[in-house]
Amino acid sequence: MQKMGILVDTTLCIGCYACEDACAERWGFPKQPEVHELSAVKNTTVQQWDDVYVPRMCMHCEEPSCVSVCLVAAFTKTNEGAVVYDADKCMGCRYCMQACPFQVPRYQWNNPNPKVMKCDMCHERTSKGGVPACVEICPVQARIFGPREDLVQEAHKRIRENPSYYNAVFGELEAGGTSVLYLANRAFDKIGFKTSLPKQPLPELTWNVMSKIPNYVFWGGTLLTGIWWITNRRKDVAEHEKRAKDAELKAADRTNGNHH
Amino acid sequence: MRSLKLPRITFWRALFGVIVALGIVVTFIRYTKGLGATTNLSDKFPWGLWIGFDILCGVGLAAGGFVIAGSVYIFNLERYRPILRPAVLTALLGYVFVVVALLYDLGRPWNLWHLIIMWNPHSVMFEVGWCVILYTAVLALEFSPMLFERFNLERPSKILHAITIPLVIFGVILSSLHQSSLGSLYLIVPEKLYPLWYSGNLPYLFFASAVAVGPAMVIIESYLSSRAFRREIELPILSQLGRVTVVALAVYFVLKIEDVLNDHLLPYIFTFNTEGILWWAEILLGVVVPIFMLSITKIRLNKTGLFYSALFVVLGFILNRMNVSITGIERYAGAGYFPSVMEIVVTLFVVALGIGTFALAMRYLPVFPKEKEATHDKNGELEVVSLKSTLARVND
Repeated sequence: MQKMGILVDTTLCIGCYACEDACAERWGFPKQPEVHELSAVKNTTVQQWDDVYVPRMCMHCEEPSCVSVCLVAAFTKTNEGAVVYDADKCMGCRYCMQACPFQVPRYQWNNPNPKVMKCDMCHERTSKGGVPACVEICPVQARIFGPREDLVQEAHKRIRENPSYYNAVFGELEAGGTSVLYLANRAFDKIGFKTSLPKQPLPELTWNVMSKIPNYVFWGGTLLTGIWWITNRRKDVAEHEKRAKDAELKAADRTNGNHH
Repeated sequence: MRSLKLPRITFWRALFGVIVALGIVVTFIRYTKGLGATTNLSDKFPWGLWIGFDILCGVGLAAGGFVIAGSVYIFNLERYRPILRPAVLTALLGYVFVVVALLYDLGRPWNLWHLIIMWNPHSVMFEVGWCVILYTAVLALEFSPMLFERFNLERPSKILHAITIPLVIFGVILSSLHQSSLGSLYLIVPEKLYPLWYSGNLPYLFFASAVAVGPAMVIIESYLSSRAFRREIELPILSQLGRVTVVALAVYFVLKIEDVLNDHLLPYIFTFNTEGILWWAEILLGVVVPIFMLSITKIRLNKTGLFYSALFVVLGFILNRMNVSITGIERYAGAGYFPSVMEIVVTLFVVALGIGTFALAMRYLPVFPKEKEATHDKNGELEVVSLKSTLARVND
């Protein structure tokens, strides 16, 4: 199956917040029309920057940091493109939250048995060919759902055809690319995006080190054993020489004694 | 003598009692109300004091165990043998209580065992977790001769003796892996961690500083326990250890300077914002000052001088770990963090339990070599004398 994605055109969003409500309904969260921050009970939100409305949610990275850092593999990048979380595996170390370059995962801080909360691209719908709730409800097609490659083409087509767009697609390259893509009429750092992210997939940074470990264990073990062998051998030789010398002295004593 | 000693111990015992009582109350709140009710952690700041201090510093400060075990068994530096046992004991307790602290920090600690069956070899945390499990087991085995000796168990003692060398080699490998990996945890957040602390060298920096701080902790602990237990201090050995620390600190310093030059950090270190000032504090007080102090023979051979040099190393180390895990993240997170009272109580609780267990072990197990006056006696009398001194300590 093709990797799917969502293209968010912020120039089209009218700030009706219908997506927030549809998302809350799908998750069974309370509706919070006053709050426009992602939280443990809000997996998508619309934020206002001057006259621009910016829908936000999990970016569903192509090579997600959360998938890479989770020690019990509670996160998975599915074949359909969504990054999903399995609370039954999670031990709650929150490395996913620390590592996420977009600061997306939220935590149920007041639950004694807490889960990580984040958008899963309505996985139960999209895995059956459906469309995420937020996309479905949008009255102005500010969010459209489709194969990621097609969305990238579509985004560049819109930029080509309309010079009022800022000439970049946020998410095309950031952190190795994301399944959620953005268009805007101004630079992305003006509407709440962190634009300092490297283009390289971030998990590579740790894999460069992790992949050296088997070699290190082998050569380190060999080296340490070698050092032990040398120092131990020196100790043995020293002891042996001492014993030989003692014996010689004793023998010399004895012969001297015999002569006297 | 006894009348002089009693009030001091009573004060420490009272303090211990208060901390334990508070700790139990907070433990109850933590597990019934959750992390939100006990900590100042937030979605923007998911790791705080418990990760920064209890885990990162706890593991680092326990590095004395593998440094000394490696020196004695692999490098055959017999002169360190008298401090091998206290170093191994501290390391074992350090790791055990790091795991205890982890049980507070983990949102679902009852799933900790998932580590054993649900693998993700791409995760640095996975590697750290496995290394900590295996190394704690290694430390328990390295520690076990103290128990065998105490209870006169000869057979297990012999078995353990036979496997000591491979065990120590395994321990050194595991230690170097996870000490450095605690730094690798942050490799994946180049945009989050302030440039003064983010570096491709993080694993090497964490390892070098752990090798420096391990012996420094052994010095501090020998100094303090010699005062608490009125024991002769092993000054010549500890001075030698001070030199190990100098070498490791020098390597660390070179790596830090390499970072400044390679990553073009000069503008950052001469920006005197919070981060800039803390960076200087860390480098000057935690690295440069102790290198100078320990390089001066007179200071190194003086027990107070040696103690304060080691103290600088340890405080500088703690500052570095707090900078990497907390200060260095604040600017990007756009959120401040300061630990809540309850977070601090848990940290004190865990540290107090660690010190309490150490003190118990000192009293009841053959941790330190027999006292000087005893070693002068003939073999037959030696046991009687040491038994007497043990009894005297127990009675205190």
